[in-house]
Formats: sequence, C-alpha cells, structure tokens
Amino acid sequence: MQRMTREQMAARVAQDIPEGAYVNLGIGVPTLVANFLPKDREIILQSENGILGMGPAPAEADVDWDLINAGKQPVTLLAGGAFFHHGDSFAMMRGSHIDICVLGAFQVSVAGDLANWHTGAPDAIPAVGGAMDLAVGAKQVFVMMDLLTKGGESKLVAKCSYPLTGIACVTRLYTDVAVFELGPDGAEVVEMHGGMTLGELEQMAGVPLRAKASA
Amino acid sequence: MIDKRYDSAREALKDVFDGASIMISGFGDAGMPHELVDALVDQGATDLTVISNNAGGGEIGIAALMKANRVRKVVCSFPRMAQPHHFEARYRAGDVELELVPQGNLACRIQAAGAGLGAVYTPTGYGTLLAEGKETREIDGRMYVLEYPIKADFALIKALTADRWGNLLYRKAGRNFGPIMAMAATTTIAQVSHFAELGEIDPETVITPGIFVQRVVKLQPAVDAASAA
Repeated sequence: MQRMTREQMAARVAQDIPEGAYVNLGIGVPTLVANFLPKDREIILQSENGILGMGPAPAEADVDWDLINAGKQPVTLLAGGAFFHHGDSFAMMRGSHIDICVLGAFQVSVAGDLANWHTGAPDAIPAVGGAMDLAVGAKQVFVMMDLLTKGGESKLVAKCSYPLTGIACVTRLYTDVAVFELGPDGAEVVEMHGGMTLGELEQMAGVPLRAKASA
Repeated sequence: MIDKRYDSAREALKDVFDGASIMISGFGDAGMPHELVDALVDQGATDLTVISNNAGGGEIGIAALMKANRVRKVVCSFPRMAQPHHFEARYRAGDVELELVPQGNLACRIQAAGAGLGAVYTPTGYGTLLAEGKETREIDGRMYVLEYPIKADFALIKALTADRWGNLLYRKAGRNFGPIMAMAATTTIAQVSHFAELGEIDPETVITPGIFVQRVVKLQPAVDAASAA
C-alpha cells in the first residue's frame, strides 16, 4: 500500500491552513509544514520563544543566534514581524489567539486526547516545553504522525496509554494513510490515501471509524 | 545619584549566597547570560535552585554550574536541550532534583510572582501527570489547575542595552524570559552589550523599566550572536 511521505503529509496539512491564520508549528516534523504553505495566502507563524511573522531559514552568512525557532534553529523575520516576551507568547496560546497549532504525537485517542511529551519509561528524563500550553490553548490542534508505530501498532487509540499532554484537544489528525476528525463522538475519516477501504483502515487502526458524511 | 552599573560580573554577583534561588533567562543560547553564569561558577555559591527554561547544554553557562555540582534543584520546562550531558549525569546520580513545569506555566508563575499575585488558575496541564495532586477548579465551564508563583533571590538576565537607571532593551528573540524574570527576583542583574546615557533610550521603546533591575554590567559575549554562524 502507498503511504504518504512526511513531505506529502506536510503539504496536506498546509492545504487546511486558511488565509490570515496565526499558526504555531511544533518542533520536528510539523516544522516541514512551513515549506508547503500556499504562496497566495498570508499566514503568520508564531514561535513560542517570542516571534510572530517568522520566516524561513536564513542564508548561512545571515545566521543570527538571537533569531531562532522553538527547535533552536536559525530563522528570519518577515516584514511586519514582532518580538515579545514569554509571558505574552504563552498568553497568545492560552488565551486562544493562536488559530492552529500543528504537533507531533506518540498517541492520539479517538476523542482527541493527546500524548506527545513523555513515553513514561522509567529511565526517561521528561521534557514538556510548550506542548501542554499549545494543546490546551490553540483554537484548533492538528496532529501529524504515521498511523502505525515502527512495530506496527496503531497510534490512534481508544485511550492513550502514554502520559497525556492534553484532554480532548486534537481536532484533526493527519497520518500517512488517512485524515481524521476527532471529537466526543469518536473518529471520522475525512479522506483515505492509497486505495484502502474503510474496513481495511479500521482494521489497521484498531478502533471504530466512520466515514465523514461529506467524504 | 542612582547608578546601577557595575564594573565586573564578579562585583555584581558578590552577595549571591549558598542556597539561593536564581532565575536565568534564555531560550537555547538566545538571551542566555552565559558570561554572567560563568562568573557565578567562579564566585562559588552552591546548593542553588536554578529556574530557567532549559537545564544547560554543552560546557558553558548552566552546564558549567551543573558540572561543578552547584545546583540542588532545577525548575524548567525542557531539560533535554542539545548536549545535556552535565545535567543528565547529575540527575541520574541523584545530585539534582527536577521540577518539570510546562513552559507557559513557568512563564505565568514567574509573572504572578512579579505582579504580587497569590496564585494563578491555569488550564495548562489539567488532567496530566504535571498537575497531579494539585487543586483544580471549574470556572465558566472550563477546568483549571491552581499554580503558585515562582520568585527568586536573584535573576541573571541578558539584554542588549542598559542605562544607569536600569532601563533595558533586548535583542530579537533574546528577549524571551528576561522581562518577566526581572520582575520576579529580589535582585535582578542584567548582562548587557552596551551602556546608554540617560535619555538616550527612547522611553516609548523601553522594554523593562529600571524599577525591575538592580544591577547592570557590560560584558562582551564570547561569541557575538549576529556573527556566530
């Protein structure tokens, strides 16, 4: 079966980000979404470390280590951009001023619970960063992940077994095989890739699914 | 005459005592007062509580404090930055306690201390391990966790420009925790690259008013952010 690459997933997420949106892209794979934002839309990227209007990576000669993203990689500032302190940055999240955030995940439940900060392994040193603030605060939380672990287990679950980042916060899940809408009524399949039937996808995911009415 | 300028980091850090709580600004290397923290290693105070977004990486700054085993407790959101080996070694040896705080809660708890609030109700972390055992409350249909202020004896922050009254300007994303930590510490010590004359900083652009800053010291960063590639 054909699965989407990370770049294809990023491009798919980017299609759903509307003109005028204020968006926070989580560290790791979600950062790729920036490369696929439609050029005809004005979309403003926020970085938790105090940047609105974040632009792409600079040329090597223009690297400035006071201008980095949440993943601590050098970025640029677009005309119209702004700097602010951490209190304001997290007020933008917690106060529901950020329209969309895109995060990675270890597990997501059909009701939209998110687990993405800690595997719970006894020897792991936990780190949370801004994940919990984004999960609880952004108006919409999009998650991008492969549907299955490397071991073949579904990461879309009835109930997360990893420690939670936030409860009932994920609205859309973009995977390498399908896009889902999540909520109190469970998981709806918005679209499938690679020519699977709903029954095959349901078997793969291991949770009850239903087709979205318009899909 | 009010003059908050100090000639050296050593002088500015003279009264840091064993057991002190110390906020350190910065997100990654941006806004991180590495030179001031290196001077704190030389100063020798120990048994410190460090409040910072990260727990040190590489060999300088907070990592050097870890290596020298001066830190009893770290309050931070993301201890795993690049090259965290000194923190990891101390943590695994049981030399340092970790209080992990979601980044926005770290910010609002610091802000609460600076603003003189008794506590804050925050939605962040509700229903997670990091809110376990904490008081919760439903307000207007949403669940919140009661979190207490984080204050400190000292804040070590990095800014770009200071005048002798302690008014501060920052540089780009180096601002991060500086303004809010300056408000939450008994003694705030700012490392800057430039001194300005009074009136030289446009009052409309002052980011941290001098009332929140007790000492300023001009230190040349070992590596200039704008030219370090």
